[in-house]
Amino acid sequence: MDRVFRALANPTRRRLLDSLRTRNGETLGGLCADLDMTRQAVTQHLRSLEDANLVSTIRSGREKLHYLNPVPLQEIYDRWIHKYELNQLQFLTDLKKIAGGD
Amino acid sequence: MEKPQFVYVVYIATTAEKLWDALLDAKLTAQYWQHENVSDWKPGSRWEHRESNKDRKLKLVGKVVESKPPRRLVLTWADPSDEENTEKHSRVTFDIEPVKGVVRLTVTHDLLEPGSDMLEGISDGWPKVLSSLKSLLESGKPLPRLW
Repeated sequence: MDRVFRALANPTRRRLLDSLRTRNGETLGGLCADLDMTRQAVTQHLRSLEDANLVSTIRSGREKLHYLNPVPLQEIYDRWIHKYELNQLQFLTDLKKIAGGD
Repeated sequence: MEKPQFVYVVYIATTAEKLWDALLDAKLTAQYWQHENVSDWKPGSRWEHRESNKDRKLKLVGKVVESKPPRRLVLTWADPSDEENTEKHSRVTFDIEPVKGVVRLTVTHDLLEPGSDMLEGISDGWPKVLSSLKSLLESGKPLPRLW
């Protein structure tokens, strides 16, 4: 999970994830076109996202395709936010009992 | 292969065999997916995805395209109303690979119709299902979920 937060703590890497959200399966060349930096620098950022499992890749012929992988973000959500949400739902259920509903 | 729309990866501290069972066993899928995956899982067989409540409503249908336990499973995937209309069937590939003492599950979903309800539902659903599957296999507890 450290790697996920480290990967997200960078505006370029967040921008790369934004690009993949709208253009899932993009090539390195396509992702470079959005950014004013060297291909090598973009490759490094993508590697960091891949290490954090926020980006998954597949080979298609000679090209590598990059996909947004939100599963680690879902795990973060499930760890903290979901419990809170369940408390809210319990609160609403209790309120309904007090109010005489069933 | 046509360019897939989604490629999801999750690392789970389990064995390939346990993960394989968790994908195919109706009782296990009911726990983390709230749906039962039902089939004999032979290539060419039909598979069903049913709600695990008392209505057991049929939510998805498809065919088993490929089955190589415990490594690779390929299914077609369709809304029950499109069962006869194979043009509307999408495809899901599960690849299971042991990596450094854990198992990597890659779920590749392709052939989805652009702009379809199925595509919308998929992008919301898979991360939740995979996170819950990981939780069940690692802690014995699926995540509570109100779909």
